[in-house]
Amino acid sequence: MSSGREDGGRPGADPVITADEVRHIAHLARLELTDREIEWFRVRLGAILEYVAKLNEIDIENVEPTSHVILMENVLRDDVVRPSLSRDEAIGSAPSSRNGFVAAPRIIETDDSGVV
Amino acid sequence: MHLYRLGVGEIGRLLRKRVISARDITGAFFARIRAVDQSVNAYITLLEERAHAKAKEVDAKIASGDELSPLAGIPVAVKDNICTQGVETTCGSRILSRYRPQYDATAVARLRAADAIILGKTNLDEFGMGASNEYSYYGPVANPWDLLRVPGGSSGGSAAALAAGETTLALGTDTGGSTRQPAGLCGVVGIKPTYGRVSRYGLVAFASSLDQIGAMARSVEDCALLLSIIAGHDPRDSTSAALPVPNYHDYLTGEVRGLRIGVPREYFAEGIDPEVESAVRDAIDHLAGLGAEVVDVSLPHTEYGVAVYQLVATAEASSNLARYDGIGYGFRAEDFDDLAGMYSRTRHDGFGNEVKRRIMLGAYVLSAGYYEAYYLRAQKVRSLIRRDFEEAFASVDCLATPTYPTPAFRLGEKLDDPLALYLADIYNTSANLAGIPGISIPCGYTGDGFPVGLQLLGRPFDEKTLFRIAYAYEQTAEWRHRWPELDIPVRRSADGV
Amino acid sequence: MEYEAIIGMEVHVQLKTASKIYCGCSTAFGAEPNTQTCPVCLGLPGALPVLNRKAVELGLKAAVTLVCDEIVERAAFARKNYFYPDLPKGYQITQFGAPLARHGRIEIEVEGQQKEIGIRHLLIEEDAGKLIHSEGESDVSFVDFNRCGVPLLEIVSEPDLRTPAEAHAYLAALKEVIEYAGISDADMEKGQMRCEPNISVRPRGYKEFGTRTELKNLNSFRNVERAIAFEIERHIGILERGEKVEQATMLWDERAQRASPMRVKEEAHDYRYFPEPDLTAVTLGRDLAAQIRAELPELPRAKRARFVSGYGIAPEQAAVCASSPAVADYFEAVAKACGDGNEAAKWIVGVVASAVNEGKWDVNAPSVAAEKLAALIRLVADGAVSGIAARENVFPAMLERPGLEPEEAVDELGLRQMSDEARLEAVVDRVIAANPGEVVRYRRGEEKLLGYFVGQVMEETKGRANPKIVNQLLRRKLASG
Ligand SMILES: [Mg+2]
Ligand SMILES: [Zn+2]
Repeated sequence: MSSGREDGGRPGADPVITADEVRHIAHLARLELTDREIEWFRVRLGAILEYVAKLNEIDIENVEPTSHVILMENVLRDDVVRPSLSRDEAIGSAPSSRNGFVAAPRIIETDDSGVV
Repeated sequence: MHLYRLGVGEIGRLLRKRVISARDITGAFFARIRAVDQSVNAYITLLEERAHAKAKEVDAKIASGDELSPLAGIPVAVKDNICTQGVETTCGSRILSRYRPQYDATAVARLRAADAIILGKTNLDEFGMGASNEYSYYGPVANPWDLLRVPGGSSGGSAAALAAGETTLALGTDTGGSTRQPAGLCGVVGIKPTYGRVSRYGLVAFASSLDQIGAMARSVEDCALLLSIIAGHDPRDSTSAALPVPNYHDYLTGEVRGLRIGVPREYFAEGIDPEVESAVRDAIDHLAGLGAEVVDVSLPHTEYGVAVYQLVATAEASSNLARYDGIGYGFRAEDFDDLAGMYSRTRHDGFGNEVKRRIMLGAYVLSAGYYEAYYLRAQKVRSLIRRDFEEAFASVDCLATPTYPTPAFRLGEKLDDPLALYLADIYNTSANLAGIPGISIPCGYTGDGFPVGLQLLGRPFDEKTLFRIAYAYEQTAEWRHRWPELDIPVRRSADGV
Repeated sequence: MEYEAIIGMEVHVQLKTASKIYCGCSTAFGAEPNTQTCPVCLGLPGALPVLNRKAVELGLKAAVTLVCDEIVERAAFARKNYFYPDLPKGYQITQFGAPLARHGRIEIEVEGQQKEIGIRHLLIEEDAGKLIHSEGESDVSFVDFNRCGVPLLEIVSEPDLRTPAEAHAYLAALKEVIEYAGISDADMEKGQMRCEPNISVRPRGYKEFGTRTELKNLNSFRNVERAIAFEIERHIGILERGEKVEQATMLWDERAQRASPMRVKEEAHDYRYFPEPDLTAVTLGRDLAAQIRAELPELPRAKRARFVSGYGIAPEQAAVCASSPAVADYFEAVAKACGDGNEAAKWIVGVVASAVNEGKWDVNAPSVAAEKLAALIRLVADGAVSGIAARENVFPAMLERPGLEPEEAVDELGLRQMSDEARLEAVVDRVIAANPGEVVRYRRGEEKLLGYFVGQVMEETKGRANPKIVNQLLRRKLASG
């Protein structure tokens, strides 16, 4: 299996991942990318996606996935209240805060009905 | 006498005999750091004032005859993705450039409680994502054996600081080899404990099911001491094992007779540097000479480790790094029109390209329509990789392999070929995927004088056997007293400021 | 054309825990903004969640209460990834794929008709923070993270509801059992119960569903009912005009009494769920479910039925007596101690309920102990005090002075009835002797004069005569003249 090629796909063949897909993923991940960056990532993501396709060689039928390597279960804590941070500690390092709240650019234009 | 060259035991003895004070030691290390770190760039943040204050406390304890922890007065460096209360914890990223945590990581709290002296926070690949320490917002780290070479990564700052005598002990972290590989490339000792052995509370997450804090030192004994302090159950980490921690020191016997060491044939396949291979094979022969039984084993799914790792680690990372959004803490970009713009500009400007690449890959493999083909499949192959180890450990007590296929490479050499860099992680990532412990110890040098690492992998929670074998090797092999000849630039003033 | 609405409901209730689901911060309502947070619920780098046992137990209790056929054996958690300023980690730790329980049900009643509503699933998850908008600043959201990590139970119904009234009844029934079983206080005003109905409309008889819209911003049952009615009408109007309903999230505007689509462009959600690596699985097993089932309080419906059949009281009385576990326990204690369920029910429905309404009675800490009320009921039955005096004088005195025994109160107030037959007979004789004319008329058949004689006896005894005995005596004496 080839690996490490920089074009991310055989000439003339469908690219492993398209620029539009990269754009969509960048949006999902909230990353603003220029067209040049889109292309840069497309090539690199294409290369790694092509490489990981080697996993398709393996028969995984009847194999359970591993999401945790430890076999512990029922790790629970008692319902006991512990001291919280002071407000200063909690929001003191926010880039913007006012009157005890963290301030963020507003997302939703409601009619004016307040909390959504 | 170079204080900075001493081990934990020697420093402890001098302190207890009051030949030197903790303040002397601290002073000596900061002098050393001033002398060399401009070239090495191992540290992002130095904590000179706090270190001296702590040293004063230790000296007071000694003066009043209090009982001392084995790490009292011992300098330690903390990788900068481990939280230190009130002290910048940058993760090597712009996005956390001025971030000061509200709390100490459990490992750090245990070091403080043991009266270790934290000298500073060490450089790393941004959020632990890299194997060369070139992906840090705070500049690359140089390998003390050749300042034009990489120290490995992502715990490159910790490894380089040890190799250059800028600390006695260091914490690293290991998600896919990040403690073992830089230890190997810098000629020091580094252990990635079993997943769950050391609390992850306060370790800034990269890939939560793989991350472990590692212990690094210049000798096996020091490494074991450090691990025994930071290991153990922590109720704040649900994945922390509620198992007793053995006294590792008891296993530093020099005795390996009766132990079975497996040599996985897949770890000596194509791509390995011949000098690395011969050094590692010599080391295995050496262990056989000490009475260990060496057997061939097979880990058939080895070749899939890197692919599985790339999918699992990036998927978890894409989620773990979503919190850096410019709202509650950290960097926020300045020019934006609305919330969406604030998010995407902050994250674009705050993260480096390698981090962005991993976040995007991770988001992609979890996204609708791809989850099963990529992420779920990877988690299934992960099960097969685990099973390989289980089967091997049914007949051997540990596995011996190279730590890395090559010696330290030149800075910039692999920047244009990231895939080659990922592929070289092949000996490291499987241990994280399976959750088993692994240690890297120096096992020789190439003709050009670059360190080669021997990696030993063990059964879950059997770090003691790794220490036992590593110690026996270290004590009888000829590599332990070498120091790099650091080419130190002329200082501008006597105190190095 | 006739249309039919299909309504499903997603409800979140706050589980009744003292601390948050993944950290030790308090869940108390009404704290100053950003004063109930810690590294875990703020999503600070490196902090890790640890699951609150009580939240799991309450979730299981809900599964048993809502008669779920399937309680998962190994509960696991997952991350739901999305960006929002009230979500500091960039993901919500919830359950996906294997929710706590599935296939439950609850009975509702609308205009005397019973109907069973299916519950699709129950899961436990964390709440997000709260965004506050000020009138003057249209471009800023203010974030309060106090609610981040408050434990929620998500209850998703099957699309079994058909009318706004059914939706209302469903919420009321849900609130009742959830509160009853101690799972949640379910106070909508405190944000402890929130619901998001989804609505579609189709011509009656059609099998295919219409396009759904979702309603948000509903803060009372009444608004839920109105908003659903509004939305059904809106859908029907669109369909009548031959147009198509657009899939949308609609915001209810209470002031305008109308719903309008959220003004942001909605993007296709891609939550990228995956197993939460920071939490281990929780094995629930059948034993735990059985244990919780055994500990579960009898639910209101069953309790009401038992009260009716067991104590012979009316359904309306049973409804009041079973209105909360505390009231029900009190009723049963009184009924058992006095031996008369009917009388006990009368007291609860009448006197106790009005004391509660007047704010003089805390159902969780009754001012008059059950034994004392039972003793008072027995005093009435024994004729030691009249029913009226007991209600109007003795009980209020006992309410004022919680230690007071009913016997003492009766005596202190001078309300002890004369039940001594010999003494009453003397009074009766005197009254008969003093009213010969009335006696003659009575004996001629003017039986209503009995009341007159009773009144005379009462006057003589200052109202303390036992009316039952007086009646008996008068009838006997007047008849045997
Ligand atoms: Mg929910
Ligand atoms: Zn908290």
